[in-house]
Amino acid sequence: MSSTTHDAHHDHHDHAPPKGMTRWLFTTNHKDLGVLYMVFALIMFFVGGAMAMVIRAELFQPGLNLVDPHFFNQMTTMHALVMIFGAVMPAFTGLANWLIPVQIGAPDMALPRVNNWAFWLLPAGFVLLLLTLFMPGGGPAGGWTMYPPLVLQLGDAFPFLIFAVHVLGISSIMGSINIVATILNMRAPGMTLMKMPLFVWAWLITAFLIVAVMPVLAGAVTMLLTDQYFGTSFFSAAGGGDPVMFQHIFWFFGHPEVYILILPAFGIVSAIIPTFARKPLFGYSSMVYATASIAFLSFIVWGHHMFSVGMPLAGQLFFMYATMLVAVPTGVKIFNWMATMWQGSMTFETPMLFAIAFVILFTIGGLSGVMLALAPVDLQYHDTYFVVAHFHYVLVSGAIFSIMAGVYYWLPKWTGHMYDERLGKWHFWLSMVSVNVLFFPQHFLGLAGMPRRIPDYALQFAEFNMISSIGGFAFGLSQLIFLWVIIKCVRGGEKASDQVWEGAKGLEWTLPSPAPYHTFETPPVVK
Amino acid sequence: MSQAQGAYYVPHDSRWPVFGIPGMVLLAAGFSLYLNGGSWGMPLMVVGAIITLIMTVMWFRDVVNESVAGKYNTQVDASFRQGMAWFIFSEVMFFGAFFGALFYARVFSIPWLGGDDPATARYLWDSVALSWPTAGPGFLDLDYQAMGPLWLPTINTLILLTSGVTLTYAHHAMKENHRNKVIAGLAATVLLGFIFMCVQSYEYVHAYQDLNLRLDTGIYGSTFFMLTGFHGLHVTLGAVALLVMLIRVIKGHFTADDHFGFEAAAWYWHFVDVVWLGLFVFVYLI
Amino acid sequence: MNLKMLTRALSAVGGAGLLLFAASALAVPESEWRRPWALNLPQGVTSLSEQVYNLHMLVFWIVCIIGLIVFFGVFYSVWKFRKSVGAVPAQWHHSTTVEIIWTVIPFLILLFIAIPATQTMVKIDDTSDYDMTVKVTGYQWMWEYEYLDEDISFFSRLDRDSDRARQRNPEIRPQDVEHYLLNVDNPLVVPVNTRIRFLLTANDVIHAWWVPELGWKKDAIPGFINEAWAEIREPGVYRGQCAELCGRDHGFMPIVVVALEQDDYEAWVDEQVNGNGEAEETAEVADEDNGEVAEQEDMSMDELMSVGERVYGNQCLACHQAEGQGMATFPALAGNDQVIEDREWVKDVIINGVSGTAMQAFGNRLNDEEIAGVVTYIMNAWGNDSGEEVQPADIRAAR
Ligand code: HEA
Ligand code: HEA
Ligand code: HEC
Ligand code: CUA
Ligand SMILES: [Cu+2]
Repeated sequence: MSSTTHDAHHDHHDHAPPKGMTRWLFTTNHKDLGVLYMVFALIMFFVGGAMAMVIRAELFQPGLNLVDPHFFNQMTTMHALVMIFGAVMPAFTGLANWLIPVQIGAPDMALPRVNNWAFWLLPAGFVLLLLTLFMPGGGPAGGWTMYPPLVLQLGDAFPFLIFAVHVLGISSIMGSINIVATILNMRAPGMTLMKMPLFVWAWLITAFLIVAVMPVLAGAVTMLLTDQYFGTSFFSAAGGGDPVMFQHIFWFFGHPEVYILILPAFGIVSAIIPTFARKPLFGYSSMVYATASIAFLSFIVWGHHMFSVGMPLAGQLFFMYATMLVAVPTGVKIFNWMATMWQGSMTFETPMLFAIAFVILFTIGGLSGVMLALAPVDLQYHDTYFVVAHFHYVLVSGAIFSIMAGVYYWLPKWTGHMYDERLGKWHFWLSMVSVNVLFFPQHFLGLAGMPRRIPDYALQFAEFNMISSIGGFAFGLSQLIFLWVIIKCVRGGEKASDQVWEGAKGLEWTLPSPAPYHTFETPPVVK
Repeated sequence: MSQAQGAYYVPHDSRWPVFGIPGMVLLAAGFSLYLNGGSWGMPLMVVGAIITLIMTVMWFRDVVNESVAGKYNTQVDASFRQGMAWFIFSEVMFFGAFFGALFYARVFSIPWLGGDDPATARYLWDSVALSWPTAGPGFLDLDYQAMGPLWLPTINTLILLTSGVTLTYAHHAMKENHRNKVIAGLAATVLLGFIFMCVQSYEYVHAYQDLNLRLDTGIYGSTFFMLTGFHGLHVTLGAVALLVMLIRVIKGHFTADDHFGFEAAAWYWHFVDVVWLGLFVFVYLI
Repeated sequence: MNLKMLTRALSAVGGAGLLLFAASALAVPESEWRRPWALNLPQGVTSLSEQVYNLHMLVFWIVCIIGLIVFFGVFYSVWKFRKSVGAVPAQWHHSTTVEIIWTVIPFLILLFIAIPATQTMVKIDDTSDYDMTVKVTGYQWMWEYEYLDEDISFFSRLDRDSDRARQRNPEIRPQDVEHYLLNVDNPLVVPVNTRIRFLLTANDVIHAWWVPELGWKKDAIPGFINEAWAEIREPGVYRGQCAELCGRDHGFMPIVVVALEQDDYEAWVDEQVNGNGEAEETAEVADEDNGEVAEQEDMSMDELMSVGERVYGNQCLACHQAEGQGMATFPALAGNDQVIEDREWVKDVIINGVSGTAMQAFGNRLNDEEIAGVVTYIMNAWGNDSGEEVQPADIRAAR
């Protein structure tokens, strides 16, 4: 920008981080912010999980056991919002912050101040959102999809919900702009696009999706706000609008959003499997193209959430065909991972266990997605527990499992210590078994006719609900092990080597463990 | 991508974002309380807005100072460009939501309500025929007039297009180091933006007072005011940004090959311009 | 809860795949579809539903096979290429041929599924050609059925027993209610072998009308009408539920369809139209409204209160709660000053509702006596003690 740059780098040459609270408040360091994001995500995972436990406890038996139906609806709504915007997205963003600069050989993120802002907007948004639970009338109870006119029946919580979504949206957009700028602009010499680790590629595309669709969500909720308080008629037939119009706008955001929740997972798994198979990733470039195709298709499939709203036939068919197509590039990814393992030399440390479980369980979720994609049968599946089972397979045993795999994989790099492998294995096996006990029976419930979002059910659903709840409690408790492993690893443990994993490749493994506060101030040269 | 010019500038720490956070919370919570009818809402909102404003000003001041001090190399400059470009893209998508609503209403919901969907029209809305512009089947007795393209909107279109020209003129002048021409071009642009907003405000008054066209005039009023309203907001922001650039030009912050702040504001202005063209065609013309 | 159940539970999860196979192979009789441990969609009782079911099974088997391929592929690798058994990693990482294969084959599979899916969709969507029409309107939280070709219309809501059993500390246990949460006071009665067109809409928020045995669900959207159709082949009782989140009692607005032979159906229609027999309470109300203006007698305070209490229990309790204490967005009526003081306003709220809120207009659903009763009741119950007496004539005047 200016010709007098030669003294610029003298400014930040003290390598130790500042001490105290202000370090975390004012930090512009990508590793600090990565850690903040991940800690925040972990807390939110437990908050959202606690809400899920309320749901599962109420559904343990038929009858009104624990909470009022209205509070139950608040729990499902908040559970979803907290898990999606509070746990999974921030966890991925945290990983991106920590890893992308070190994976591409950059000194930091491109826009460090914006990075700080984007993070601190998150707690702000969640203060606004979670406080509504204590308001007269309670928190949002219209589902995370916020369909009008139901959402307009909210009490005092309504405008807080809207503005919380705005704030969280600004946070994700700013975080993503930063990531795109970093990837496109900060790569070390020689780090061409097609040499980037797949996690970086996945995030480049994810960030693009976020920048493209979060503003659309902001627009949608803004229209809700004006419909409620300023007399507009976007979603009211009397004024010439249509409640279904909201659904179109929402799902134009919402479907890309679910891929926002899975593409970084693909990136993580693509890093872990080659490491523990000790064999290069199969089909790197087709992985990149597949990710890009999924992202492209994600913009034209939103109608599959709306097969029952009475769209014209042509619309139904179009969305059905487009949705089915997504299976093709996703299948390419699955098969590429399988091919990577084929003729490898595998060991099964905890990250690898989670990654393998991811491949299988995500496939189950994806395949039930293909069933849902068929418009005529979705008229039966829609809004039943079959859908709930589908999306928890892709979200919990997909997104969450990948995050856990990633945390185990990079934890030694972050802390400098090996985590407790034995506890890690316990965590994996307990989670693996219980997550299936939790969500597999929900397929049956849905097919047998149990609608979702109900606090009480007919007697024939009692058995499977009880099984599911038991699985839920077990899965929840298993996560305490995860927490314990992390705490233990931060506090000490066997010293980790720089390479950490025998088969690991990539710039991050050339750094010391734990990685110093500032890295790659002089860019490495990538051949 | 090149690292040729030495290390990338990473600020030590940054207090303004965190300083601004309570501002955002107060702004949001205050506005919410206000909408819920609480008496605390307004004052909280004002405090929140002031904090947010201070944050913005101080943050940009830091950046300007660093830029003037020459801490940014071409790579930092490129990051800013990326950032601004993607930010504008996100704004485009925000407008996309509202344009989407307009198209949906015109192509689907209005025709359905007005007879294309026979059961809906017959059993729910007494088979009234509807055609754009309309306030919807529930407000048929509403007496209002639509806003045509003549003459104010057309004049405004010309004003904005001209402002695009004057801005480009300023940009060329900047590249050739003609400071006075830059100042003239920029000043003209800001002035045109100001006139645009005056005309727009006049149009709103006219709509409310003479045409009885209001925000709550069904879907027509909703889309009309929300689209033009958000556009107006962006024009105002863009004009403020250009004004700041004008001051910076006068202060001599920019050189012929180093004036990203100016360019960012200019991009933004062009984006606002393009949105207006879309508006003009889809809201006023057809 | 006991050990037996748990063992059954665990074995069920274990043998889930097998059971699903068995369920489909045995083709469970319809009457038994709604039973514990049901695993699969019903085949249904319409020509449409069978086609839907077959499509479901087709795609189910296809994805099962794909799933098994992935599963066994991964496990074979895990077992065969373990480092602990001395596997040496190969270094290949590319093969255009296999990548093309596993792009093209899934595509062809999808193409194969898309054909029957398209056919079924086209059939579902075709609502032309019908013998009768039922208009279905969703309310928070009940359904209204209007037979457009007959002079019949009535409301249908959760049956009394389920309603009692679903409360906190219920008088009866859910386990003791037959068809808990799946029973209504007034079912929809339709003839078999008749092409019925359904016109679906809603009055307040979006609901969805779903009876699994008919093979589809469709949203009921305020301000718009969605069309659907069914031709039921077998007489029987078919149960379903609202399938779109519609507020607090979304889980408590079931649907019951009774399909009768043509003769029985005609007898039923006759009974409804000519009002003989035990016509249902709400249906009666609807009739009375159209009737002549009867001379209205004043009612005693006791009469008013007892009518009011009954109406309150049926209509208002779900929102304003048993003791009038309200809940969340539903305002308390007990101790509500405006309710105690402003009888004109109370009458207005109940007759006309509060537009844009869950508080509906009860004017066209309750008769004068009932409204008078419930107004009097809420103004005097739970310590509201206003002493006001509102008579049917006042209501007639206020309408
Ligand atoms: C991480 C999140 C995530 C992901 C990745 C997906 C992936 C997919 N989803 Fe899912 N979905 C959700 C999250 C997600 N979904 C959520 C949250 C909802 C509910 C929202 C709400 O209502 O609250 C939902 C709902 C939902 C619906 C609406 C259901 C309804 O409400 O009626 C549909 C319908 O089409 C659908 C389809 C799909 C499809 C086709 C995929 C595909 O991307 C899957 C592709 C993967 C595979 C197919 C497996 C691997 C492929 C092979 C092994 C190749 C060979 C395969 C074949 C030839 C079939 N999803
Ligand atoms: C990433 C997203 C995500 C994640 C991770 C989860 C995780 C879980 N979800 Fe979820 N869920 C959604 C996204 C997600 N969900 C969405 C989008 C919906 C739709 C909402 C709507 O309809 O609008 C939904 C809805 C939903 C429902 C349906 C509600 C309904 O329709 O009525 C259910 C019911 O079982 C459920 C259960 C669970 C459970 C048991 C977990 C578990 O995996 C959680 C496990 C975690 C913990 C339990 C926390 C850690 C442990 C402790 C706090 C210790 C204490 C433990 C005990 C006391 C046992 N979720
Ligand atoms: C579906 C839910 C629902 C049902 C059923 C219902 N109400 Fe209401 N009622 C509401 C809601 C919501 C409001 C608040 C409306 C508002 O925001 O002004 C309300 C408001 C009222 C009010 C005004 C109270 C106030 O302080 O604003 C009265 C009186 C009332 N209802 C009486 C009744 C009576 C009597 C019945 C039965 C005949 C009944 N309601 C049935 C939801 C319901
Ligand atoms: Cu009606 Cu859900
Ligand atoms: Cu989707």
